[in-house]
Amino acid sequence: MRMAASGSVSADDILARARTLREQLGPGVHDRITQSLYEKAVEVVSVGVRVTGKPKIDWDLLADKVLTSRYLGFPIMLLGLAVVFYLTISGANVPSNLIATGLFWIEGQLILGMNAMGAPWWLTGFLINGVYRGLAWVVSVMLPPMAIFFPMFTMLEDVGYLPRVAFNLDRLFRWSGAHGKQALTMGMGFGCNAAGVISCRIIDSPRERMIAILTNNFMLCNGRWPTIILLSTVFIAASFPPVWSSLVAVGSVVAIVLVGVVVTFLVARLLSSTVLKGTSSAFHLELPPYRRPAILRIIHRSLIDRTLFVLGRACVTAAPAGALIWLLGNVHVGETSLMSHAASFLDPVGHFMGLDGIIILAYIIALPANEIIVPTIIMGYLGAGGMLELNSTGELGQLFTANGWTMLTAMCVMLFSLLHYPCATTTWTIWRETRSVKWTILANLMPLTLAVLVCAAVARVGRLLGWG
Amino acid sequence: MSGCSTCDSCEPSRSASQASVQLGFDLDVDRFDAVVALAGNPNTGKSTVFNALTGLRQHTGNWPGKTVSRAEGLFVYAAKRFKLVDLPGTYSLLSNSTDEEIARDFLLFGSPDCTVVVCDATVLERNLNLVLQILSITDRVVVCANLIDEANRKRIALEARAIEKELGVPVVPTAARKAQGLDHLQQHILEVATGQRVNQPKLPSLQPQLQAAVDELVPELLSLVPGLPCPQWVAMRLLEDDQKIEQALRDGSLAELVQRLSARQGQAVA
Repeated sequence: MRMAASGSVSADDILARARTLREQLGPGVHDRITQSLYEKAVEVVSVGVRVTGKPKIDWDLLADKVLTSRYLGFPIMLLGLAVVFYLTISGANVPSNLIATGLFWIEGQLILGMNAMGAPWWLTGFLINGVYRGLAWVVSVMLPPMAIFFPMFTMLEDVGYLPRVAFNLDRLFRWSGAHGKQALTMGMGFGCNAAGVISCRIIDSPRERMIAILTNNFMLCNGRWPTIILLSTVFIAASFPPVWSSLVAVGSVVAIVLVGVVVTFLVARLLSSTVLKGTSSAFHLELPPYRRPAILRIIHRSLIDRTLFVLGRACVTAAPAGALIWLLGNVHVGETSLMSHAASFLDPVGHFMGLDGIIILAYIIALPANEIIVPTIIMGYLGAGGMLELNSTGELGQLFTANGWTMLTAMCVMLFSLLHYPCATTTWTIWRETRSVKWTILANLMPLTLAVLVCAAVARVGRLLGWG
Repeated sequence: MSGCSTCDSCEPSRSASQASVQLGFDLDVDRFDAVVALAGNPNTGKSTVFNALTGLRQHTGNWPGKTVSRAEGLFVYAAKRFKLVDLPGTYSLLSNSTDEEIARDFLLFGSPDCTVVVCDATVLERNLNLVLQILSITDRVVVCANLIDEANRKRIALEARAIEKELGVPVVPTAARKAQGLDHLQQHILEVATGQRVNQPKLPSLQPQLQAAVDELVPELLSLVPGLPCPQWVAMRLLEDDQKIEQALRDGSLAELVQRLSARQGQAVA
């Protein structure tokens, strides 16, 4: 360390002195200085600016008062979230079934074609029951909800609601030592964590940007909420009367999202009081005027830029994963397939977390893309050539129950899905954005540890209460 | 505070005698009598003011070492040549975004002869935050209350004299889109930049405790870094735990910047 100038005082003396003074002054020096600026500004304006016009009704201001109000802000946000999910869940059902029927009809034709050409069983199995079925699953499960969810989300962005959400959440970010703009990056993460991580560039302070990157994983991404929606519908909602079931399904999806948000704040707080010490930096968030949404632009942006992009990525990863699943199910060592071997090996670990060996195996296989977790689990249970063709969610429930699932298992799978680790693309993106192997590893280990702990705790408590 | 390479680019001759030929034409931006910085919040019509003042005599590049674009231009008023440097639009100088750092470094170490802060007259209160922050760095400030036509339309009346009295620096209403008030603005820039008018800015008063802490740090800072411009400002940043400033103090880059600054000022006097 070199001395800046000769003299009796060194830089370290001054910094030490400043630290002592800072401690004497207590927290919030920055805020106090900022406040003095604002007070002065108010004073100047009160003397020098006159508004002579009759105040017309300022609709923007009125809307802001309601949407960012202390009491109504949060309930409105939750309601909005619930409505978006409700429309997504109920709207996606019919097209999902149609697409599935169509794609599996094509599958039948392909198999007939392969057989006609005299292809050996293993080639047909590998290509059609493996690769093609993996793709078909992903497309039919993911395309409809994305095509509904993304435009709705883009619309909220376009009318100017998202900055208000950021405004509402600012107090919580301040508490957790993170940056208020993280709310926007979390919004992106809802779509895709890789995109969410890239969007963290809008946060200038390196410390707070790192927090935003490390916690983006807790935003339920597109690849994961089909799992959550499916399990909410099949397990949680099915135990309620049909009238309530879709409400209950939406409720449990919202609950899982909220758990993700709460975990984000807790982890951010933990990080900013340990490895990433510091307080939130102040920032200006201009609440832009509300605008009439430009429908065509929304459709273009959400369908082309987001839906097709995410779907394309999912397909690229689903195809090889489908192939791998097929191989694991069909290559036998001794009497049983590789998959059964691996599953029985992993069973104790799974049981500890309220899961089982097949589920753990599915999470390992699904590292490149979270989308294929449920298909992999199903395939693991069927134990034979390829992922299942499912006609109704009821059958799915029966299959799971037959394999020892309870409400507790479903809860643990949902929690593990929410928490575990980012997918391969996101991990790669984290490395690219941070250029640090250390942080990239932490970005995986931290959520994994959390997922294991939470699931183990829930499983333990659940078993004590006799849920499973 | 990243090595303030921003100042290197304002090094070129401050005296009109050393004509530079590198640009040719009439837009010889490197020949000037005074440097004027143009600061302001985004969306205040800052670029319109810049264009209205400099016309075609401008060129753009990047801030050294940064990907933030930098525009410079020239205007001539009362037979004096003014170089106008467009700073990035910022709401504040207190958080550590690249834009804010560039603006802050230029104000601290680029030693502009005058800084024009462009404000949106329809929401003056919001804009004053930046004005007051800049005032705590330099007193050579002219406030340009732009979009005054829009304010009038919304029946918002600005009493420039009263605001001027409250702030202690000139306040000029303009409507740059319609080229209104620019003459007036240039006149005030001339007066402030040449020292004909010396401002006495009225800064917001700090809480007594905070002020005492600042007062305690200032002499120490001055003895470590003699000639440090606005030590009060630096002291406040230290009390806020501003990592960049702490780093600059620790590794001596702050002292280096001050040395370069005073060397340059010595040259200009000679």
